Amino acid sequence: MLMRILAGGLIGGIAGGLVVGAIESVTTTPLILHAEQFEVKDVASAARILLVHSDAQGAAGEGGGLTRTLFTFLATVLVAVGYVWMLLAAMFFKGAEINARTVVPWAVAGFFAAGLAPAMGLAPELPGASAAALEARQVWWICTAVATAAGLAAIFFGRNVAWVIGGVVLIALPHVIGAPQPAAMESLVPAELAGEFAARSLVIQALVWIVPAVIAGYAISRMKPA
Amino acid sequence: MNQQTATLSHATSSSRVGIAALVFVMGAFLVFGTGFASPQALHDAAHDARHAMSFPCH
Repeated sequence: MLMRILAGGLIGGIAGGLVVGAIESVTTTPLILHAEQFEVKDVASAARILLVHSDAQGAAGEGGGLTRTLFTFLATVLVAVGYVWMLLAAMFFKGAEINARTVVPWAVAGFFAAGLAPAMGLAPELPGASAAALEARQVWWICTAVATAAGLAAIFFGRNVAWVIGGVVLIALPHVIGAPQPAAMESLVPAELAGEFAARSLVIQALVWIVPAVIAGYAISRMKPA
Repeated sequence: MNQQTATLSHATSSSRVGIAALVFVMGAFLVFGTGFASPQALHDAAHDARHAMSFPCH
């Protein structure tokens, strides 16, 4: 079973990640490139940003963006494999049957935990938007995803109403505490661009959970038990 | 007979938990390495994907 899960997750993650990577290259990446034009216009932080982005842009600049595009595909595939393995592990742990149909509610739950819930406090952001310290945001993001996943599990698998209440509290808690916010809400990026990006990013996040999971579920259901 | 069945199901369930934990940790490792790890090379390579999937980035 271990091999079926690992192989199915790899198949789903690679195939699904490539599909989502292709969608990214026509939805979110053009907006990121557009936003970076505003980002480097700001003289005060240009030095820092050039430092941060010199490798990515240097590689992209010479190769017509090919290297950068390939790395984006690779990173998307890695995240897709990671998410789908975590999802399959949770399903296997619960003894759930795994096929293209049964993975969908689990993938939607994953999107709620790692997509929608963190977006409540930290909206998907373009380069150039103001934000609080990176480490604080990363910690809040991870804690929110874990709390939401645990809360959903408590609600769906809890034995009585106490579990449901506990689950709701867990899901609400990170938002009551609140995400780390920047001192001032300012951005070099036009609001229209930022809004468009947030919407597209949420769609990408839904897809990166659902598409690889469905492909993996289909692949696993077609494999002969080892 | 009963004892044997109990032992068998205990072994099966502990290996199930082991497999689930192993696969879960491997998945989390991939997500963390791609979405969160701070080394500059990882950040630069994953930059556009981090933004697209809304991992906190720089």
